[in-house]
Amino acid sequence: MEERGVDVISLVKGMYGKVYRGVKEIRGSLMVVEGISGVSYEEVVKIVGTDGVERLGRVLEVSKDMAVVQVLGDEEGLDTSCLVQFTGTTFKIPVSDEVLGRIFNGRFEPIDGLPPIVSGDKRDIYGSPINPCARVHPHEFIQTGISAIDGMLSLIRGQKLPIFSHSGLPHNVLAAQIARQATVPGKEEEFAVVFGGIGLRNVEARYFIEEFRKTGALERSVLVINLADDPAVERILTPRIALTVAEYLAFDLELHVLVILTDMTNYCEALREISTAREEVPGRGGYPGYMYSDLATIYERAGVIVGKKGSLTLMPILTMPGGDLRHPIPDLTGYITEGQIILSPELHAKGIYPPINVLPSLSRLMRGGVGPGKTRDDHRYLSDQLYDAYSRGVKARDLAKIVGEVGLSPRMRRYLRFADEFERKFLSQGVYENRTLEETLDLAWEVLSIIPEDELVRIPREYIEKYHPKYRGRELESS
Amino acid sequence: MRVGVIERIKGPVVIASGIKDVQIGEVIEVGEERLIGEVVRVTSDNFTIQVYESTSGLRPGEKVYATGKRLVAELGPGLMSRIFDGIQRPLEEILRRTGPFIRRGVKLNALPRDKKWYFKPLVKKGDVVEGGSIIGIVPETRIIEHRVLVPPDIKGEIVKIEEGEFKVDETVAIVRDKRGREHEIKLMQEWPVRVPRPFKSRLPLTEPLITGQRVIDTFFPVAKGGAACIPGGFGTGKTVTLHKIAMWSDSEIVVYIGCGERGNEMCELLTEFPKLIDPRKKVPMIERSIMIANTSNMPVSAREASIYMGITIAEYYRDQGYHVTLIADSTSRWAEAVREISGRLEEMPVEEGFPAYLPDRLAEFYERAGRVVALGTPEREGSVTILAAVSPPGGDFNEPVTIHTLRFVGAMWALDTDLAYRRHFPAINWLRSFSQYAEPLEKWWVEKFPEFPNYRRRALRLLTVASEIEAIASVIGEGALPDDQRLILLTAEIIKEGFLRQVAMEGEDTFCKPEKQYLMLKMIMDFYDRAYILVRHRVPVDDIANLPEVFEMMRVKEDERGVEAVKEVYEKVIKALDNIARKYGIDLEGELRGWRKGE
Repeated sequence: MEERGVDVISLVKGMYGKVYRGVKEIRGSLMVVEGISGVSYEEVVKIVGTDGVERLGRVLEVSKDMAVVQVLGDEEGLDTSCLVQFTGTTFKIPVSDEVLGRIFNGRFEPIDGLPPIVSGDKRDIYGSPINPCARVHPHEFIQTGISAIDGMLSLIRGQKLPIFSHSGLPHNVLAAQIARQATVPGKEEEFAVVFGGIGLRNVEARYFIEEFRKTGALERSVLVINLADDPAVERILTPRIALTVAEYLAFDLELHVLVILTDMTNYCEALREISTAREEVPGRGGYPGYMYSDLATIYERAGVIVGKKGSLTLMPILTMPGGDLRHPIPDLTGYITEGQIILSPELHAKGIYPPINVLPSLSRLMRGGVGPGKTRDDHRYLSDQLYDAYSRGVKARDLAKIVGEVGLSPRMRRYLRFADEFERKFLSQGVYENRTLEETLDLAWEVLSIIPEDELVRIPREYIEKYHPKYRGRELESS
Repeated sequence: MRVGVIERIKGPVVIASGIKDVQIGEVIEVGEERLIGEVVRVTSDNFTIQVYESTSGLRPGEKVYATGKRLVAELGPGLMSRIFDGIQRPLEEILRRTGPFIRRGVKLNALPRDKKWYFKPLVKKGDVVEGGSIIGIVPETRIIEHRVLVPPDIKGEIVKIEEGEFKVDETVAIVRDKRGREHEIKLMQEWPVRVPRPFKSRLPLTEPLITGQRVIDTFFPVAKGGAACIPGGFGTGKTVTLHKIAMWSDSEIVVYIGCGERGNEMCELLTEFPKLIDPRKKVPMIERSIMIANTSNMPVSAREASIYMGITIAEYYRDQGYHVTLIADSTSRWAEAVREISGRLEEMPVEEGFPAYLPDRLAEFYERAGRVVALGTPEREGSVTILAAVSPPGGDFNEPVTIHTLRFVGAMWALDTDLAYRRHFPAINWLRSFSQYAEPLEKWWVEKFPEFPNYRRRALRLLTVASEIEAIASVIGEGALPDDQRLILLTAEIIKEGFLRQVAMEGEDTFCKPEKQYLMLKMIMDFYDRAYILVRHRVPVDDIANLPEVFEMMRVKEDERGVEAVKEVYEKVIKALDNIARKYGIDLEGELRGWRKGE
C-alpha cells in the first residue's frame, strides 16, 4: 500500500506544474484552492497532506483565482496546509500490449506484484465519442453456450448488453461463464476479456481472479479492480480505465474484446456522492440529472468501427436496488444499452441456473445478427414463438394459483406444461455446460412440440415442416 | 473582431468578460481551439456561454471571440442524404478529417463549397419576386428537386439571373428592391435555428400520413402537418417504430434527429437507408433523408441545439413545397440537456429539476409543425409533421416531459411494457393511445372505403370490452365465462395477433397499404358478426375457435400475395361459418340482414 499513487503520478513527472501550499476549504472529497492561476478544467491534481500521503484529484470547476478539486483517494488526514500540485494534463494512462494478463487497481496501479506499464502512448481515460458514421452496425453472432442467451437474447459483437440482477443471485457466475465460453462460431479468434470490478467485495474479486487463472483465461485478460474498501471516488475512474484499455486492445491491436463491468450500481452511488458534495440540484432518487449522459459516456464506448478488425462488446452488471427495475440506475442503463438480461430471484429459488427471466429481457441487436447465413433460418421465428408460448404459460400459471389447474381450459393447461418444460429443459443448464447453437435450437423445438402445430402462428409453415420434431421424425423413418 | 477572456469554467458552461455588446444567442468561439458556443446570459460585467464541445483542458484567461452571428443553419442544395451533428457539422467529413473518434475544435461548412450544382432559372429578368418565391431549381438528388427560394426579407425585381453550374456561395440572381438596393441571391441561405421560418397561412389538416403500420393508420392516425408523440419505457420499441416510419411512410422528405440516443441506431439508419428502395419512387431512401446525430455520448449542449437545427431544415423544405416528416428521438434527452444547462446556470428548478420554461420550449417546438401555404410565388403548400419519442423515467408517464408534451401534440402512441414483453410490436397500447386527427381524417378514408369509420369504431369498442372481460377471466378463469364473452376474447386475440401486431422488418408486412388494412379489419369484424349469431344460437364457441381459418386470419398479413390473399381467406372464413350455420340449421344471411336493419 505504500506504493499508492506512485504510478499515475510518475506519468506526469517531468511535466510542468505549479505547487501551492494551503487550501481554503475541504468539504468531504471536495477541496477549494485559491490564489491559483493557469489551471485548466478537468486537470489532474496531486495533493500531499501533512501526513506525507500522496493523493490524486481532478479539477471540477475553475475560475481565475479559484479551483474546486475532487480528491480521489482518502481525504482523511488532509488539512488546509497541504501541498497541491497542478499537473497540467487531464487523466491519462499508458497503454501497451503488455497490459494483457495483468491486474490493476482502480487507479491503474499494478496489484499483481509486477512493475507498472511503461509506454509513451498515453490515453485520456474519458475517451472521445465514436463518430456515428465510423460505426459498423453490429451483426456478428456470439455463441455463449447458454441456451437462454443464444436462443432468445443473442449477444452480438460490439453490443452493450447489461445483466440486471439482485443481490445474492449468481450474476458473477454467469458473467464468468460467458467470459469463458464466448466464441464466434466458425471463427478461431478468442475474446480478450477486460474486467472492471467496481466496489467489488474481496471474495468476489478473488472468485474472478481464481476463475480466470484456473481456466487459463487470465493471459488474455486485463483486470482493473476497485475493491469495496477502496476509496469510493475512484469508482468514477475504474470503468473508464477498463474501457480505455479495451479500446486500445480493440481498435489498436484489433482484438475482439469483451468488457465486463461489475457492479455499475456502485459506480452510480459514487457519482451521487460527488454530486451531493458539490451541492448540485438532485434528480430522481438523489442521483444527478446528468447521470444519463454520464453513463452514456461509458456504455457508448462499445462498438465496431469501420476498417478495424477488432470489436468492443460490453456487459455491465448491476444489482437493482430493492430489485426495482424502475430504479434510476437500471432505468437509465436500459435506455442506453442495447437490451438487458434480467435475472429472477423466483427462478433462482426454484433451483434454476441461469435464472434468466426471458420475458422482460431483450437483445435489441439480435434481429440483425441471427437468421439465414448467420445462425439458422428458423432462429428468429423460433425465438418469437418461445416468447409468446412462455408468456402464455406464465399467465396460465398465475391463473392456476387462483382457480386451480383444473379450472384451466385444456389449451391453457398445455401452455402451463410448456412453461414448466421450458424452464426445466431449455433454460436450465450447468455452470460448465457449453451448448452449441444447434443443440439450443433443437431443444427449443423439442419443448415447443408440446403445443399443436396450428397454434405456432409465429413460425412460417416451411420452417415447421423443416425443423418440427414430428416431421424430422418422419424423415428418419422413411430414410 | 471583438475579443474577451474566460473567467470561469463549469462543465459545458463558460463565463467570460471583456466584450460589452454581446447579445443573447450570439455565437462565440471559445479558447485557443475556438470551440463553438452560444451566449445564454448577459450581465453588465460578464456573459455566460453554452459551449457545444467538451471544455476539458480549457483554462481561465484564454480568449473568446464574438462572431456577431447567431446560431444558424446553412440551407441550400447538398443537405439531402447527409448526416450532421447538432450544430450542423458534417459527420462524414469529420470522419475523413479526424478518424473514427470525434475530436473537438473541428470547423467545417455544412454545405460543401467546392461542389457545383446545375441551376435552372424559372423566372426571368424583369419578373417581380418576393420573399419565398422560387427563382429556379437544382436537381439535388434523383427525386428531390431543390427549389431555390428568395430569402424571406427580400422583395423586388430580378435584374440578373443566369443558368449554369454554380457553387452554393456564388450569386445566381440579383434582385433590386424598391429603394434601388441590389440583393445577391445565392443557392445557399442562412437562417437562425431558434426562429421559426415564416409562411403565408396555415391550412387545416385533412390528409393522413400513411405509415403502413396498421395500428397507427387505422386506429391512431397522424395527419400531414400534425404532431404525435410516442412515449414508452426502455425496450418498448420507440426507436424501431420511428425507424419503420422513417423508412416506409409516404412522406416526401424525412429529417431524422437522433438526439441523445445510441450511436448504433444512427449507424443502422446510415446502413439501411442506402439499401432500402422507396417503393413509390424506386430510388434508395437515403435520397429523401437528412440525419442529425447527437448521440448520448456527444456533448450535451449540442444535443439541445440539434432539435432546432432539424426543424429549421424541415421548414426550409416545407417552404419549397414538400411534405416533410421530422422525427425526433428522443425529446426527453433534449429536455435533459435543457435541464443540465439550466442547472449549470444555477436557475431555480421546478419539477424534477427541470426549469420553469420547459413547457414553453416544448410548445415552441411542436407549434413549428403544420400544413401551410408558403410565402412567395408560385402558390404552393407544404407541411412539417413532427413525430417525437418521449422516454419517461421508469416508463411512468406521470412526469414533466410526457405531461407537457401531451398538451401540445394531437396524437399519442402509448407504448406498453407488457405488450413488449410478449413481443407484441409495435407495442402501442390501444386503450391508452389517442388521436385527435382520427375524426378530421375520416373523410379521406370514407372516400375510398365508405364503411371504414364503422369498422374502426366497432373494433376499438370490441378491444375495450375484451380488456374488461380479460380482467374478469383472470380471476375466474376463461373456462367459466359465457360463450359470447369468450367469442369477444377470441376476436380480440385475432385483432391483436392478426392485425395490430406488425413486426416484419422485410417482406410483405413491413408496409401495409390502406386498402389491405381495411380489408383485414373488415374480414375480422365480419367474422365476429357471423360468429356472434352462431354463438347466440347455442353453437359452442370451441367449434369456431378450433377452425383452421381462425389461425389463417392471424397469418394472412404476411402472405406475399397481399390483398389477394386477404380476399381469399375472407371467402374461406365466411364459408366455414356458413357450414357451421348449415349444420345447426341457422339462417345466417337472413339474421345478418335483420341485424343490420336493426342497428
